[in-house]
Amino acid sequence: MEVMILAGGLSHERDVSLRSGRRVVDALRDGGDTVTLHDVDADLIPSLRSDKLDVVWPIVHGASGEDGSLQGLLEMLGVPFVGTAAKEARVAWVKPVAKAVLARAGIATPDFVTLPQSLFREVGAEQVLTAITSHFGLPVVVKPARGGSALGVTLVTEPEQLAHAMVHCFAYGDIALVERAVSGTEVAVAVLGEGASARTLPGVEIVCDGAYDYDARYNPGRVEYFAPARLSEELTDAVAQAALATHRELGLRDLSRVDVIVAEDGTVNVLDINVAPGLTEVSLFPQAVAAAGLELTAVYREILRGAAARG
Amino acid sequence: MNESTPDVPRTTEGTRLDPWFDAYAARAHRMRASEIRALFAVASRPEVVSLAGGMPFIGGLPLDDIGEMMSRIVRERGQVALQYGSGQGDEQLREQITQVMALEGISAHPDDVVVTTGSQQGLDLVTNIFINPGDVIVAEAPSYVGALGVFRAREADVVHVPMDAEGLIPAELEQTLVSLKAAGRRVKFLYTVPNYHNPAGVTLSLERRPQIVDICARHGVLILEDNPYGLLGFDREPMPALRSLSPEGVIYLGSFSKTFAPGYRVGWAVAPHAVREKLVLASEAAILSPSNMSQLAISSYLDHFDWQGQIKAFREQYRERRDAMISALQEYIPSATWNVPDGGFYVWVKLPEGLDAKSMLPRAVTARVAYVAGTAFFMDGSGADHMRLSYCYPTPERIREGVRRLATVVDAELETVRIFGAAAASSDGSVDFPAPDLA
Repeated sequence: MEVMILAGGLSHERDVSLRSGRRVVDALRDGGDTVTLHDVDADLIPSLRSDKLDVVWPIVHGASGEDGSLQGLLEMLGVPFVGTAAKEARVAWVKPVAKAVLARAGIATPDFVTLPQSLFREVGAEQVLTAITSHFGLPVVVKPARGGSALGVTLVTEPEQLAHAMVHCFAYGDIALVERAVSGTEVAVAVLGEGASARTLPGVEIVCDGAYDYDARYNPGRVEYFAPARLSEELTDAVAQAALATHRELGLRDLSRVDVIVAEDGTVNVLDINVAPGLTEVSLFPQAVAAAGLELTAVYREILRGAAARG
Repeated sequence: MNESTPDVPRTTEGTRLDPWFDAYAARAHRMRASEIRALFAVASRPEVVSLAGGMPFIGGLPLDDIGEMMSRIVRERGQVALQYGSGQGDEQLREQITQVMALEGISAHPDDVVVTTGSQQGLDLVTNIFINPGDVIVAEAPSYVGALGVFRAREADVVHVPMDAEGLIPAELEQTLVSLKAAGRRVKFLYTVPNYHNPAGVTLSLERRPQIVDICARHGVLILEDNPYGLLGFDREPMPALRSLSPEGVIYLGSFSKTFAPGYRVGWAVAPHAVREKLVLASEAAILSPSNMSQLAISSYLDHFDWQGQIKAFREQYRERRDAMISALQEYIPSATWNVPDGGFYVWVKLPEGLDAKSMLPRAVTARVAYVAGTAFFMDGSGADHMRLSYCYPTPERIREGVRRLATVVDAELETVRIFGAAAASSDGSVDFPAPDLA
């Protein structure tokens, strides 16, 4: 196959995306396919039109790569690509919308509110901050409504931290998601395929000393991972079901990563959905593949072939 | 039905994805993957106007002629160029370096010179031979980020001393040394960038130079003089180096990175005899010998090209860029304040009240402009109210566009401060070190 890996772009997660792209190229290199790595730049469309491509794999994290823009472009150009279609990606990318879809489908996700920066200006910051703590109590998690890699995310445990958390969040985008913090066991679940044939890989349990922030994610050593997650059979099944239901309800395709937290009462709460999950050497998706006893190259080639066949 | 992959062996052992996690030195555990560093991956894209990097403008170099020079070196002296050389560096180049230094009043013998792999290596060698963990290095406030990285890696304790428009303030230096001595702290050296300071842009005045030398001499403190920009003043002749005032009290670091090109990685150190011997030993332990190819290239360049004329051309190019930046700041961000450097590469901008340059950076990336937040230039995380803007690399037009974009970011941040207050807008004071190409 002639494969183009798209990585980089201009988002805050460009660095992670480039690393993911290079790792995928490495994994595919000796498999007999012709694999090229391309950035999202002014040369992209001419390259897509001129190259005899069988499939494109967008591994651009953050906006344009996960919000459906790139997917929409590829759909317009009629280029087969890996991953979720444009409209579904758009829904999954905007966290409050995705959470609303899940909640409507009966999939548990932490209670939340969506707050644009403009609201704080119009109504008065102090009043809104007070409303947040009155409604949710503490702790809460503040995060950009669109984003990944824990950029702009803060776990707020004291009231005086909340204003700073909002400002930190708004540096990455002008809409914040504030959700009730749930304590429990964090598990990342890789999902392959789509619809009825979708399947999960073993969950990866994340045990972090401190916040699971950017450094924790990309600086090997700070976090301890257990794959498969150390859950009872019943909870393991519940986690898998929640991830599958999420993947299906949002119409995701080929691969995704669904991050959940298993609360102390056993409720599986969906925290986040990633339609272009990280594929670096420290990312969760490759760990899940390894935990399943599968070869990364084989999984990637299966994904590529499925997307190419779809056309 | 559980549709997950069946029959997966259950494990109770976790992984940190790093089998050597328990083997690292304690200092390595303090290293952080910074989201700020990650944001700079965007800075290299052409859509982004990067006012962050300290990359010299080498577009004006006669590359065809330099290419021919390199080819000739391999053809005529390939057996030397491609081989290991002397740990102290090529003798002819060391001779030529003494002639370069003479422009700044330094009288030295070729034997006094140690060629290094960039002056950055010189920083590392000096720190290596002098600093035990916890030793004090006194540095200007702010200080060069590349030096702070070295000092941090060697676990030095850096104490900053204020500067003003004339550079390091002698009275403040004196007071700092007195206080440290009273506290029983051992100060190993003063680190200073006296000319067209990176990042502050200021130059140590003629009047203060002997004062600084005298203060350090009285307190028994060595001076590490780092001088990559000394020949890049716009309107005046080179200032006398501190080394010229005190050969036994000053270790001088020089570089061809800004006066020729950084790609060769050639710098040098001049030090008192005994120090020099240790520098050579330390350098040999680290790299065996500096690159012969690079040294022969620099030597040939100095011999066959009008290198002083090239420096003059660089000065004019940088002057034009400085002017573009200053006029753009005046037009687009009049609420900020800044110095007007008379040489070098950088403008040190103080942001309007309440703004935090580090907190603003993600917004700047979205706006397609990059800079280095002031926190990078302090060991203690202060400097958040400043940013360093580099005018060395982009064209004047791009500089103007970059400042225009920056103005939109400043406006958006001012709005945030109005809504949430300045305290909420401040960063956490943690230290971030940008990647080397932004130093």
